[in-house]
Amino acid sequence: MSELNGNDAKLGNKSKGLLGSIGLPTLIIAVFWVLTLVAGHFVGISMSILFSDTLKRAGMNGILVLAMVPAIQSGTGPNFALPIGIVCGLFGTVCSIEFGLTGIVWLLGSIAIALPIAVAAGYGYGRLMNSVKGSEMTIATYTGFSVVALMCLAWLMIPFKSPKMGWFIGQGLRETIQLDAVEAAQILNNFLMFKIGGVVVPTGLLLTFLFFSLLVWLFFRSKRGIAISAGGANPKFAQAAGLDIDGNRVYANVLSTVLGAIGIIIYSQSYGYAQLYSAPLMMAFPAVAAVLIGGATASRAKVSHVIVGVVLFQGLLTTALPVANELFAGTDLSEIMRMIVQNGIILYALTQVKRGVQ
Amino acid sequence: MESLRHHQSKGVGEWILENSVTLIFIAFTLFGFMVSTGVSVGFFLSELSCRVFRNTFLVLSLIIPVLAGLGLNFGIVIGAMSGQVAITLARYLEMGGIPGLLFSFAVAGLIAAFCGYLTGILYNKTRGQEMIASLIVGYFANGIYQFLFLFAVGVIIPVAANHPLIKPDGVGIRMTVDLIPYKQGGMKDALDSIYQIKFVHALLIIAVALIVAALVRYYLNKKRGHGYRNSLPALLVNIGLCLALAGVSIHAMVSNSPLNMVRKVPVVTALIIIGLCVFTVLIMKTKLGQDFRSVGQSQHTAEVSGINVDRTRIIATMISTVLASWGQIIYLQNMGTLNTYNAHTQIGMFSVAALLVGGASTSKASVKHAVFGTILFNAMFIMSPEIGQSLFGQAILGEYFRTFMVYGVIGLALGLHVWNSNKKSRIALE
Repeated sequence: MSELNGNDAKLGNKSKGLLGSIGLPTLIIAVFWVLTLVAGHFVGISMSILFSDTLKRAGMNGILVLAMVPAIQSGTGPNFALPIGIVCGLFGTVCSIEFGLTGIVWLLGSIAIALPIAVAAGYGYGRLMNSVKGSEMTIATYTGFSVVALMCLAWLMIPFKSPKMGWFIGQGLRETIQLDAVEAAQILNNFLMFKIGGVVVPTGLLLTFLFFSLLVWLFFRSKRGIAISAGGANPKFAQAAGLDIDGNRVYANVLSTVLGAIGIIIYSQSYGYAQLYSAPLMMAFPAVAAVLIGGATASRAKVSHVIVGVVLFQGLLTTALPVANELFAGTDLSEIMRMIVQNGIILYALTQVKRGVQ
Repeated sequence: MESLRHHQSKGVGEWILENSVTLIFIAFTLFGFMVSTGVSVGFFLSELSCRVFRNTFLVLSLIIPVLAGLGLNFGIVIGAMSGQVAITLARYLEMGGIPGLLFSFAVAGLIAAFCGYLTGILYNKTRGQEMIASLIVGYFANGIYQFLFLFAVGVIIPVAANHPLIKPDGVGIRMTVDLIPYKQGGMKDALDSIYQIKFVHALLIIAVALIVAALVRYYLNKKRGHGYRNSLPALLVNIGLCLALAGVSIHAMVSNSPLNMVRKVPVVTALIIIGLCVFTVLIMKTKLGQDFRSVGQSQHTAEVSGINVDRTRIIATMISTVLASWGQIIYLQNMGTLNTYNAHTQIGMFSVAALLVGGASTSKASVKHAVFGTILFNAMFIMSPEIGQSLFGQAILGEYFRTFMVYGVIGLALGLHVWNSNKKSRIALE
């Protein structure tokens, strides 16, 4: 690991120099966020509400973004197939509602049911990624899309009986399931929640996010974690050192899928609704964008990138919505900005991928 | 046909694997006919011919980037958006009919050429990852498109607030724009309604044309000493099939067959599509086409032999984007209404899926793949709600399944291709 760190530092000194350790995308988005905040202040939007929402949304999306780290580190690139993990998590959610669980038991039950499924799905996905080396990102995207479309069929045909989830007439599950009904809406957010100067701090949610961040951080200091990073950074070197690169890539993708599954459960409880059908289709892209904004590249990512990225990106989105509405009433400017920022940052990262001419 | 014979020599198993996507689709459509009761031949063929004439141009626009080694250009949505900008402009200026259409083609071509140039530069910077870049750049451009149509129109660009195109509050374009029927001076069906013939007549003409083409090709190959390219059994089978087709259409003409009920065929649209097929085949025989091919095979070799690789790739992207913008205009004049914020979003996905269904891959594509794929893909599209309805009593199920097929086909075709080429390169290394 010391060698790797040394490498990283050397690279950092060479390429970044001027900006120190802060990357250009991070800087641009941060400046942009500050500008929106200033604009918001002048049009009279309550800062405390903005910061409360930022904290909440950062915590909500945090674990989904965290799922990018193992995938990127292992060399498969950002996990564009995050929807696979997400549908596993949603499946756990609906199962545990069907079993009549409520409150914190529901939360733990959802995770417990989702885990084995996510491990199995992640294993299959990891194997797939190994057989399509070189085009992982495109194929991952379409694998994710196909799984979401397939699960649309499953949601419609699943023979669940709980009245909390069904349509009033006909078969199948509802598009959005209220978690109020199982007393689980914002259950983590409200745990130890406190207010400081008008800013609501969803302690439980943030603690959960930080707990998983810590786990991932620790994992990448374990033997297996270092092996995964080494395989991603320099496959030939790692192979020469006798590491099982393919095995490690599968392992990392299992981890990423599991984090995706847990991530959506935490997301849903904070949102108050579990969204089925086509809702997970595009969820990978904001997560990829967030980790890239935090300073990650398509081949290197750290837990710190996740935390910085998710706060900046979600902060910008939360702030832009009311500010844009205030400045240009009736237009959906913040949604347009999200599309441009999110996809622009992914494109920027793609231009930085170093590959020789074929 | 040639590819079919070519692959048979490698064994049936490999042939099935390479054409699995096509085979799945054929099986699915046939299955649809078996289980569904509500679909009449007349309805099916009307829908199919309408959809094929609407979409083929767009699918054809994907071929050149594949040959130039850029893979499947999901970025044709940018072309589609350019087409929509042009058609909206024409509609705003109250232009209609053929002049309005020609104006749209010209404006769309210019915008698309510019956008294609920028996209081409992007693809050069994301070498090796063009496909995911093209997908994302489509989403990115959609953001800019929405900025233009929802915000810039009215806030930055002054427009007449009472124009039927503009939202009541004077900012932004409406969700749906009616293109007004051709007879009332609009652009709906402006191209399609120039000249239409009966479906059975079109069938007969196509059958005869195919026979003539096959014979001429056979004769030319023989005369030029390429006799090895000919195969008498294949020729006979082809001619037999075409004769059967001609027989069916003649029979339909004299009897009271449901084929007479099929919607009329737009001749000019068909000619434009045939024109693009010929253009695509011919351009590959020019110097530029040879450059596309050599860049597609190996950028390194092309660079060494003095081809400007970056420029060639940009030209390929520009051609594709411009063609897509025209394809979208053909699509819209057939639809008659412009769903301002939705019409383009699925175009890239569906066109790519159609091309892949026809048997193309990320490195090989031809006019045949595009035409065959469009027909097969749209047949599946018409059948799947019927299958959902008759098997499960829910049409929505069929629609979800259809979406799954679209995504699955793209994933499967790309995956199989990469897997195959990785396997080959591993064998080569060992």
